[in-house]
Amino acid sequence: MKLSGAQILINSLIKENVDVIFGIPGGYLLPVLDKLYDCKEIQFLLTRHEQGAAHAADGYARATGKVGVCMVTSGPGATNIVTGLATANFDSIPIVAITGQVNTNMIGNDAFQEADLTGISRSITKHNYLVKDVKDLARIIKEAFYIASTGRPGPVLIDLPKDVTLQEMDFNYPKKVNLRSYNPTYTGHPGQIKRAAALISESRRPVIYAGGGVIISGAEKELKELAEKNGIPVTTTLTGLGGFPETHPLSLKMLGMHGSAYANFAIMDSDLIIAVGSRFDDRVTGKIDEFAPDAKVIHIDIDPSSISKNVKVDIPIVGDCRSVLSDLNKKMNKKPNTNAWLKQIDGWKKTHPLTYRDDNKLRPQYIIEELNKLTEGKAIIATEVGQHQMWAALFYQHIKPRTFLTSGGLGTMGYGFPAAMGAQVGNPDKLVFDIAGDGSIQMNIQELATVAEYKIPVKILILNNSCLGMVRQWQELFYDKRYQSTPLKNPDFVKIAEGYGVKGIKVTKKQDVTKALKEAIKTAGPVLIDFHVEGEENVFPMVAPGNAINKMMGGLA
Amino acid sequence: MSNKLKKHIVSVLVENKFGVLAHISSLFSARGFNIDSLAVGETEDPTISRMTIVVTGDDRTLEQVDKQLNKLIDVIRVDDLTKRGFVDRELLLFKIEGDSNLKAALGKFKAEILNENRGMMLVQFCGSKKETEELFNGLKGYEIKEMVRTGKIAIAKDKE
Ligand SMILES: Cc1ncc(C[n+]2csc(CCOP(=O)(O)OP(=O)(O)O)c2C)c(N)n1
Repeated sequence: MKLSGAQILINSLIKENVDVIFGIPGGYLLPVLDKLYDCKEIQFLLTRHEQGAAHAADGYARATGKVGVCMVTSGPGATNIVTGLATANFDSIPIVAITGQVNTNMIGNDAFQEADLTGISRSITKHNYLVKDVKDLARIIKEAFYIASTGRPGPVLIDLPKDVTLQEMDFNYPKKVNLRSYNPTYTGHPGQIKRAAALISESRRPVIYAGGGVIISGAEKELKELAEKNGIPVTTTLTGLGGFPETHPLSLKMLGMHGSAYANFAIMDSDLIIAVGSRFDDRVTGKIDEFAPDAKVIHIDIDPSSISKNVKVDIPIVGDCRSVLSDLNKKMNKKPNTNAWLKQIDGWKKTHPLTYRDDNKLRPQYIIEELNKLTEGKAIIATEVGQHQMWAALFYQHIKPRTFLTSGGLGTMGYGFPAAMGAQVGNPDKLVFDIAGDGSIQMNIQELATVAEYKIPVKILILNNSCLGMVRQWQELFYDKRYQSTPLKNPDFVKIAEGYGVKGIKVTKKQDVTKALKEAIKTAGPVLIDFHVEGEENVFPMVAPGNAINKMMGGLA
Repeated sequence: MSNKLKKHIVSVLVENKFGVLAHISSLFSARGFNIDSLAVGETEDPTISRMTIVVTGDDRTLEQVDKQLNKLIDVIRVDDLTKRGFVDRELLLFKIEGDSNLKAALGKFKAEILNENRGMMLVQFCGSKKETEELFNGLKGYEIKEMVRTGKIAIAKDKE
């Protein structure tokens, strides 16, 4: 039987086990919408802005490990997801974005609501397609899901002209993809793994530096084994949080510009860095010429282009983190002598703990600590971008993978709330929070309508400091407190929440924090809490830009 | 690894599909790689095209060029021919004005005169980088009025 392109699209998505599509419709999607009307398997979750849809698909993917899907119309609908694609691309998150497009014979004619989405998205997707003929549609969808979720994952865009959704064709979903030019390497080179094992055995001051790749590949067990069996401390990047439990004695917490002092001291003094699924980002290394001068480097990553990009690598191992670590664990037959090293690190942990001024004022760090206590570190935490993001990274104890969702690479304000929404849709039984700043939350605040409509019980915690805090912090520290364009005159967030039909709570005193959090947790639906925190609090420790990462300022470091 | 800037000839096999050339050229600009020339054409297999890209950079840049190209889904294979034995050629068409001495010079360099119109010669020349340089040296003193070049194409000498 012949099916329309629209029906083929839907049947293909069902074959890929898609249960939800985040998006906003438009004229060029009408044939698809009409087929969705009769589709029981897939929910079309209507967001209020396309950027919200893209981040929701991203949050869904990060929290579940599945591919997130969003669908938007051509032109402005499609250009509205650009930030979402770039965010997902930077952090290697698998999403498939389907964009409506004008009829094939109109492409290039400046037709109404036409935009060249394959052109626009080229450098911010892993791959993209323009479907020119319905006979290619099923194959392209199969390939898109495969490419998005394998190798180094990433977003794939499918630009779908309206006439293709109306053309008819027999439906045969391909069983296999056949891409001669795309064969990601999963198993690491055995010789390299052997050399790495030998180097680890001989090291005295090793550090494991784990990134988002650990979480993406599900390597947390193998990572823990490597660390525990060999007595090697572990520090993680922002996107690697949760890849190694921070409650573990070998945990150094996060490193880098706002990392813990002991993580930065340890990596700088190490004689061996075992980088796993991380990429030596400049926020991690600080001044690159002074970074870890005595360290040899083993770098495990599925993307060869991440290796030797920023630092010289002694043993590169291209492969899936989980597979490589598992092989490496088998090859380790001599435990390195790290006793003195671990002692030194424990000393640093005592002399330079992660702390803040805990007085009777309402300080943002206190709120995160309370949240951590109440949820026992088990909630899913999404964040926006700014100071609150760093406090959430530092003061919440991350113990499980896929529970900390943040825009690490691109640093996208407005990411957290829709991402939390997507994460909650994928995990209906978990507690999901968006830790937000008063600036960031306003970048996708319209999604309050979505969580209200679909009763998505996300809890938004605004750490409201009445300013664009992170930028203000830099102005305070490096620009003489000349606060150009960073103070914010904010709306009444509680009223805004209530206007959307969402419960709002305002907290201005420290002693009310726990009560408000408890109330939010026990509320069945979405809740927004507006915490009026100390305005001039800073994120410490901090490495000033251009400095080596053991040169930290403030923060009792 | 050396930090010295060098010209490299990179040969790239790609799927012969719509959009691939745009993808590759946008990769070069997004990553800040400098292309000296780029030539594309079908191979013996019509579903595959070969691009010959001449790029200047140090070893580190070239390693990234190689890895980033390989990362593109439609790229099948990347070879830095500079590391192997190879033959390269470029085709030039140009217009030049001159006398019988010029004609003799052109003959000496195996440049072919395709057309002649009131002293203006339309010349075709095909050669390696070295031969092209020698031609230009030999033509010093004459002014080339208009020129078009294909950019280099190259192929490895060994069997593989
Ligand atoms: C979309 C976007 N625009 C601008 C920035 C630059 N930026 C980084 S942090 C920041 C301030 C964030 O303010 P807020 O959300 O209130 O969080 P706070 O730092 O106060 O916790 C800005 C403007 C960004 N990261 N993303």
